[in-house]
Amino acid sequence: MNFTLKIWRQKDAKAKGGFKEYQISNISPDTSFLEMLDILNNELIQKGEEPVAFDHDCREGICGMCSLHINGHAHGPSQAVTTCQMYMRKFKDGDTITIEPWRSAAFPVIRDLVVNRGAYDEILQAGGFVSVRTNSVPDGNAIPIPKADADESMDAAACIGCGACAATCKNGSAMLFVAARVSSLAKLPQGRVEGARRAKAMVAKMDELGFGNCTNTGACEAECPKAISISHIARLNREFLAAKLKD
Amino acid sequence: MGTFLTNTSIGRKVVMSVSGAFLVLFITFHMAMNLAALVSADAYNMICEFLGANWYALVATVILALGVLVHFAYAFILTFQNRKARGNVRYAVTSGHKGVDWASQNMLVLGIIVIGGLAVHLIHFWSKMQLQELMGNHEILVAGQEVAVTNGYKMIEITFSSIWNVLIYVVWLAALWFHLSHGIWSMFQSLGWANQTWYPRLKCLATAWTTLIVLGFMAVAVVFYIRSLGVCC
Repeated sequence: MNFTLKIWRQKDAKAKGGFKEYQISNISPDTSFLEMLDILNNELIQKGEEPVAFDHDCREGICGMCSLHINGHAHGPSQAVTTCQMYMRKFKDGDTITIEPWRSAAFPVIRDLVVNRGAYDEILQAGGFVSVRTNSVPDGNAIPIPKADADESMDAAACIGCGACAATCKNGSAMLFVAARVSSLAKLPQGRVEGARRAKAMVAKMDELGFGNCTNTGACEAECPKAISISHIARLNREFLAAKLKD
Repeated sequence: MGTFLTNTSIGRKVVMSVSGAFLVLFITFHMAMNLAALVSADAYNMICEFLGANWYALVATVILALGVLVHFAYAFILTFQNRKARGNVRYAVTSGHKGVDWASQNMLVLGIIVIGGLAVHLIHFWSKMQLQELMGNHEILVAGQEVAVTNGYKMIEITFSSIWNVLIYVVWLAALWFHLSHGIWSMFQSLGWANQTWYPRLKCLATAWTTLIVLGFMAVAVVFYIRSLGVCC
C-alpha cells in the first residue's frame, strides 16, 4: 500500500512547528501504524534526515506510551484500540494520513509528535494509590469482593493513562482519567478507606494543572482506547461531592 | 465548604446543573400556564393577573432573573477556562466522535440563541405587562390598540398574528430543544446521579421532556397565528 503522510514536525518545545509531507510506499496491510512510522524513519535516516520522534514502548496496547492524533481521532480511526494495535489495512491505498501530537495546554509538545504527559503523573501522585504496607503479599481471598464490584473496578483499572481523553475533549478535561482511578479504587474495600481524601486530592491537582471543566460530551469515552465509560465520571462526581459536603 | 462551588471544576458544574434544573422547572410551569390560553381567555388572564405586580410574583421574578444570570455567567466562565485548557494550537484535522451529540458540543452557542430569544420575548410580553404595572400604567398601546396590561390573551393574539414573530419563536424554541436535549440528562451526570443502566432512561426522559415543553410553547404560537388568519378555530 502507498500513503501520503502529513506529519507535525517541531524541533523542540520552544520551536515553531509545522506539517511536512512524506510519501511512503510498499507498506504491507498487516504493518502496524508504529511499524509504518519505523519504516519511514529508516528511510529518513538513510537519506540523512532527522527521524520523526514519537512515543512508544510495549506495542501491545497496555503501557499507555503511544499517542498520536491520526486523521482527527486520538489513536486513529479504530475503536477501542491504541495506535500501536492499529494496522494499515484500516486505511485505503493512496490515503493521505495526517498525524498530529496531542493538543492540550496541559500536554506541551516536546518534539515532533511527543508531548509531556507529566501532568497525569502529578495527578496520580496526588492520590491515585492505596496506602498499604508493602511487605508480604496478602492472600487474594482474604477480603471477599462481590463479582460485579470487582468487574467494574477492573473496567476502570483498564485505563493506561495515555492522555487520549484530555487530548480529545474540546474542554481539555482530564475527568475520564481521574474518574477511572478514583472509580477503580472506590469499588474495592482496600481503596474505599481513602475514597474521600483521594477524590478531593486528585480533583484539586487536576484543576491546579489547568485541565478544563467536563461538559459531558462523551467524546473521551468514544476515543478512549480502553473504552472506559463516562459512568465512572458520574461516580467521581458522587465521590467528590459527598466528600466536600462532609467537610 | 461552599467555596468548592466556585473554585473546583466539579463544583462549578454543580452550579450549572442546579441553576439549569431550576430554569427547566420554570419553563415547564410557564409552558403549562400558556396552554390555558388555548382553552380560555379568561383563565389565561386570571393567571396573568395573579402573576402581575404582586409581591410574590416579583420575588419569584427576581429569583428567576438571578437563576438566568448565574447560569449565563457560569457558562462564560466555564467556556473561558475550557478554551484556555484546550491550548492555543488546535488540531488541523478534526472528526466527529461516535455517539457524541451535536448539541453537547455547542451548548454555549445554543444558549446565546436562547438568551437572544428571551430578550425578544421580554420585549413582547414582560415589558408590556409586569413592567408597566410597576410603572403604574394600566393600559398600553400595542400595535395601535389600547390593551390592559393584565390582558395577556390580547397580547398573545397581537404578537402571533405576525408570521415573523411566529418564525422567531420557532427558531428560538428549536435552539431550546437542542440545548435541553443535552442539558436535562447532563445535569444528572454532573451531580453524579447517573450510571450505565440510567443513561438510556435519562436520555429518553430528556428528549421526551424537552419535546413536550417545546411542542407546548409552539402550539400556542401556531394556533394563535392560524386563528389570526380567521380560517378556523
